[in-house]
Amino acid sequence: MFGFLVRRLLATIPVLGMVALFVFFMLRLTPGDPAAILAGDNGEPYQIEAIRESLGLNEPIPTQLFIWLGNILQGDLGESFFFNKKVTELIAMRVEATLSLATVTLIFTLAVAIPLGVLAAYRQGSWVDRLVMGFSVLGFSVPIFVLGYFLIFVFSVNLKWFPVQGFKKIGDGFWPFLHHLILPSFSLGVIYIALIARMTRASVIEVLNEDYIRTAYAKGLSNMVVLMRHALRNAAVPIVTITGIGIALLIGGVVVTESVYNIPGLGRLTVDAVLGRDYPTIQALILVFSCVYVVINLLIDLSYTLLDPRIRY
Amino acid sequence: MSTLLEESPPDFEVDSAASAAAASRPRTIWQLLLHNPSVCFGGAVLAVMLLTALLAPFLGTIDPSNIDPIYRNKVPGTERMLRLEDGSEVPITHWMGTDMLGRDVYSRVLYGSQISLVVGLVVAILSIAVGLAIGLVSGYIRWLDGIVMRVMDGLMAIPGILLAIALMSLFNAGIGTVIFAIFIPEIPRVVRLVRAIVLSIREEPYVEAAISVGTSVPLILIRHVLPNTIAPLIVQGTYICASAILVEAILSFLGVGIPPEIPTWGNIMAEGRILFQIFPHNLLYPGIFLALTILAVNVLGDGLRDTLDPRMAKRLG
Repeated sequence: MFGFLVRRLLATIPVLGMVALFVFFMLRLTPGDPAAILAGDNGEPYQIEAIRESLGLNEPIPTQLFIWLGNILQGDLGESFFFNKKVTELIAMRVEATLSLATVTLIFTLAVAIPLGVLAAYRQGSWVDRLVMGFSVLGFSVPIFVLGYFLIFVFSVNLKWFPVQGFKKIGDGFWPFLHHLILPSFSLGVIYIALIARMTRASVIEVLNEDYIRTAYAKGLSNMVVLMRHALRNAAVPIVTITGIGIALLIGGVVVTESVYNIPGLGRLTVDAVLGRDYPTIQALILVFSCVYVVINLLIDLSYTLLDPRIRY
Repeated sequence: MSTLLEESPPDFEVDSAASAAAASRPRTIWQLLLHNPSVCFGGAVLAVMLLTALLAPFLGTIDPSNIDPIYRNKVPGTERMLRLEDGSEVPITHWMGTDMLGRDVYSRVLYGSQISLVVGLVVAILSIAVGLAIGLVSGYIRWLDGIVMRVMDGLMAIPGILLAIALMSLFNAGIGTVIFAIFIPEIPRVVRLVRAIVLSIREEPYVEAAISVGTSVPLILIRHVLPNTIAPLIVQGTYICASAILVEAILSFLGVGIPPEIPTWGNIMAEGRILFQIFPHNLLYPGIFLALTILAVNVLGDGLRDTLDPRMAKRLG
């Protein structure tokens, strides 16, 4: 187990290193002078020179890479040209909104998707199953922003059940916080629910054919106990795996959802940074989001032994 | 095509009932596809969309960038006289209303479908072609495999939409750059798929036989490995097409995609969002077209998967 832990941890280093290389070379390999790109369309020559100096762009590429990597490893993600702030400060200011949105969405998604998937598997071939599968195809197809504006129009503008847009911190009270996040979480969660419900269904159907399920029924256990304790537990590994892979959808979705619902989080920051051609911020955000994605999937890999004692490393 | 034909159900001449069933069973891959309701539905909707896109100039549309300040923000169904360049006037109906600059939403939505379909199709073809080439080489030439897969792992660690958005910041907005930004994040998935197929096929006896009679590596790849990738790649390509249409709309919607003067579904919605509480039609119609197109492509993909790639269909349920 310990050996596996070390090997798995070491395996993330090349992946993250590769991400860092991408991010580094993205700007350098683009045609044109990186300093001029960084300075923006209205950059004066002296500003371009200052940027070139401050980023060490006069050095050879390998030296630049080492300086850049060294800074990142020390937690220095550079300075935003657009916001005139340290990027780490910018991220710290915006991280709460995104984390809140992602957490609420994740809880909501799992609470809906897994029962739906189990139900569809249990009633395989019935109208319930077809409804769930139909919903999952639909969930993959309706873009977040189309759904988002539809929900705002119906539930906020017409029915006035929810605030139209915006975000409240959890410090302002739990209900206002949740009230502002219900529609965004639903919009963001639909595609994720579709993904997880589908995988849960497939995984549970496979387990339901096993001998121990028949034995459990033969022992006289109720449907509920068989499905939840015997089937779902044994079907857990693929479900948890797809949940981890789906985090990429969640991260991409956060960018769109925050723009639709005017939530001041990292997703909006990403869009603002791209619109303002604020490269240090873009680079930092890609690094941060990718790190989160890789680390979550690392944790999920490590959780397999807890979920399924048959798995040993 | 020959490998696709092999996937059709074999005929069993066991007893009379079985042979009767076999006789009524579809025999070619096309018949098999036409028997699949998903393929028919997805294909039909997509065909209508394609026709709409191709025939956009002849479907009662006007110039999608024709600005008319008098007819701003008109609700769907508004009728009016349009003055042509030669001074004559023709009656037109704004079936989907007009936007905040007085442009006809119906015309813009129809012309917008051209962009979406072109982006979807080109991204699918490009990522399949590039992914196939990299995957074949990586799966067969072992020493390259490690390096290629580490690069792909790195690419996959960056969430796709995020990478596309970031890539867009490097270039000037345009259809070509949007296609590039969407296609790069799609490559690793194709590479992994192709590589997995290559790794299983290279153990097959017929590949061993080919090696033993001295067939060169490129010839083995093209003649024996490549045909096995066609069916899964058609399926994967369909999903990539759906995803590309979606990402293009997202990029345009966020304002980092195709320049706003070109009508695309994402652009129409991006402009419409400002006044959407009063005039939701600017979001509604492009939204319906977008969702319906992506749905059709996804459903088509599911149908193709069930027909062409039964192993994958079974795994995904």
